[in-house]
Amino acid sequence: MFGFHYRLERKAIGLVLAIIGVASIGGAVEIAPLFTIHQTVEDAPDMRVYTPLELAGRNIYIREGCYACHSQMIRTLRDEVERYGPYSLAVESKYDHPMLWGSKRTGPDLARIGEKYSDDWHVAHMNNPRNVVKESVMPAYAWLARTELRTDDLPNHLKAMRAVGVPYSDAMIANAAADAYGQAAPDSPFAEGVAERYGGATTVRAFDGDPGKLTEMDALVAYLQILGRLTNAAQKPVASAEK
Amino acid sequence: MQVVADVIAQFTGAERRGAFFIALATALLGLAMAVTGNGDSFGAHGALVLAASIITIFCLIRSFDKPEPSSERLQSYYDEPTKAGIVLAMAWAVLGLFVGDWVAWLLVYPDLTFDAAWASFGRIRPVHTTGVIFGFGGNALIATSFYVLQRTTRARLPDQLSPWFVLWGYNLFCVIAVTGYLMGVTQSKEYAEPEWYADIWLVVVWVTYFAIYLRTLVRRKEPHIYVANWYYMAFILVVAILHIVNNLAVPISFGSAKSYSAFSGVQDAMTQWWYGHNAVAFFLTAGFLGMMYYYLPKRAGRPIYSYRMSIISFWGITFFYMWAGSHHLHYTALPQWVQSLGMTFSVMLLVPSWASAGNALLTLNGAWDKVRDDATLRFMMVAAVFYGLSTFEGSFMAIRSVNSLSHYTDWTIGHVHAGALGWVAMITFGAIYASVPWLWKTRGMYSARLVEAHFWLAVAGTVIYVFAMWNSGIIQGLMWRTYTEGGTLAYTFTDSLVAMRPYYMARAIGGLFFLIGALIGCYNIWMTIRMARVSATNTAADLQDAPVAALQPGE
Repeated sequence: MFGFHYRLERKAIGLVLAIIGVASIGGAVEIAPLFTIHQTVEDAPDMRVYTPLELAGRNIYIREGCYACHSQMIRTLRDEVERYGPYSLAVESKYDHPMLWGSKRTGPDLARIGEKYSDDWHVAHMNNPRNVVKESVMPAYAWLARTELRTDDLPNHLKAMRAVGVPYSDAMIANAAADAYGQAAPDSPFAEGVAERYGGATTVRAFDGDPGKLTEMDALVAYLQILGRLTNAAQKPVASAEK
Repeated sequence: MQVVADVIAQFTGAERRGAFFIALATALLGLAMAVTGNGDSFGAHGALVLAASIITIFCLIRSFDKPEPSSERLQSYYDEPTKAGIVLAMAWAVLGLFVGDWVAWLLVYPDLTFDAAWASFGRIRPVHTTGVIFGFGGNALIATSFYVLQRTTRARLPDQLSPWFVLWGYNLFCVIAVTGYLMGVTQSKEYAEPEWYADIWLVVVWVTYFAIYLRTLVRRKEPHIYVANWYYMAFILVVAILHIVNNLAVPISFGSAKSYSAFSGVQDAMTQWWYGHNAVAFFLTAGFLGMMYYYLPKRAGRPIYSYRMSIISFWGITFFYMWAGSHHLHYTALPQWVQSLGMTFSVMLLVPSWASAGNALLTLNGAWDKVRDDATLRFMMVAAVFYGLSTFEGSFMAIRSVNSLSHYTDWTIGHVHAGALGWVAMITFGAIYASVPWLWKTRGMYSARLVEAHFWLAVAGTVIYVFAMWNSGIIQGLMWRTYTEGGTLAYTFTDSLVAMRPYYMARAIGGLFFLIGALIGCYNIWMTIRMARVSATNTAADLQDAPVAALQPGE
């Protein structure tokens, strides 16, 4: 073995090929089957895609680096299930490009935060976390409510998502900007289209409290309120807390 | 800038023209980005690329008509890029450590954000991680790899342009990355945050870097490739593989910074941690082991203890590490068979890791008096110790039941910093203190006592930091899972947050110690360079320090 190596280390190309070969095995064995083994991701027929407003909110969550302190992955441990809710299933992040499971809980897990608190609570919390949780160490995001949401490029966002495998229809892409506006303005003529394209259960509300103006706060709160609610798969008895 | 002019004066006519056309091409690229991305951060980055290119073109034109260098230059090693790389590494160290300490204080005083988006924790934390890992670590690796490559092959770098392209291009990548975070440009992939255009640019730079390595190796005068170069090559090759696969994404348009990852959910999680853990393995471990295998024996004046241990640890690390990423996903929605494989290989990793650490420490046998007297060598010794400690800790934390407690807590942060401060930064400071006098041809550093001061500040800072995070992490993990006698959770999340405060403070103080040490290092290096300029009369031939044959493995 060492004799073989004595000869190998005299050949630059041989060494290069050996390194590439040896290093490629682990990833090939662990990653490739995740795309082919069907059981890896559960079936969830009721799963819906993110609305344009929720997707925009998700992009704000990414932009602000929220994932650095908040996980979105409840592990299969008793205390986590009791603290945060049913453990996370793979299917729940099927449309998450990229995933936001996170690796650190400086703040609590958010996988099931959706509809746990009111919109008002979220807005107050974003404006200054210490107004609602005195001990919080989260930064204030007051400028979100002052910043108008950019919607003109939303069709491009949906198109790119479709390119990586998320089933957005042509109508969803064409109406992306109007749907984003409509979801935060329940009394406007655009609100109806949202329910039509994304299902009647879709929340249509003035998330930041002001239906007249579409802000980044609307988008972020809409996203937080849908977390854990794209499908009911995790709430079914099969997937509830194991003993 | 006299230094820049001197570098360009060393270029041949062909190299000057090549540099000019490359800078012109990047200028046009920057212009195209600025136009198509008007109103988007993409356009701002275009303007940045354009500005960097124009400054470069300006410098080139000013020195374009200088006489061609004599062929005498080919008789010596080409160390100018190494010098520049070391200075850049120290600059990034100060920036990265400063921002790191700043974010640490943000967790104690969360209102220090001035109601500004760029100043919030989530945006500046990646400035810290990218600044220290890629800015400090990357520049140190590129700089030392050029130095070590030439000495251990006894061949000069193949040309003078491509190393500068690598250094320039790499630092442009780092600047695009950190300015992007402040503007909100991020992929959110941990330790791979830069967006698609920065990623493509890094591939171009990286391929050039690898080509330099191969072209030098092909012209080597030593029959064997020294072990340091195996590690540097593994670092370059595997980081390329990881970088390309993990960053596959579809941009929303060619005028926007935003892209969507090709993978989603569980597959994306596995890919990200396959990348993430192996960025630790091949960027922060393999590369720096390459550094250690050259500078530690050289400084100690002893040959590497065991050739066979080097072989076992090298191939063990190259093979086992690539399986270990899934230990970041214990008890998650990742299938259990992948979790178990990750845990198994992580535990096995202890063998090659300790073989490396042991090989380094046993090399010091017979030179322990030097470790006592010489803070530079002591930096390297302590680095090897921390390498051994943090790889043990890493294997331990990869065990599922341990991970159930440690995951999501500050224990992980403590573990990372035991490795990053204790191992990566210490071996780098050791290597830099060793090479600065060699490169600038002085008898030693400006002040040995300041090296000593830096050493103790670095050790104290690391120990305070790691102990603080061990405490907070384990307390956090235990509080989250403590039940009352009635069978309900005993603590709210907020309770655990309140308990963290003293440790967050201690951590920020430990980090401050480490930062002050690095600042002292900068001053010391700066004064050494000035000292060299003053006494620049001594122009001994470069190749005098060539006989590194004594360092060949197996002897």
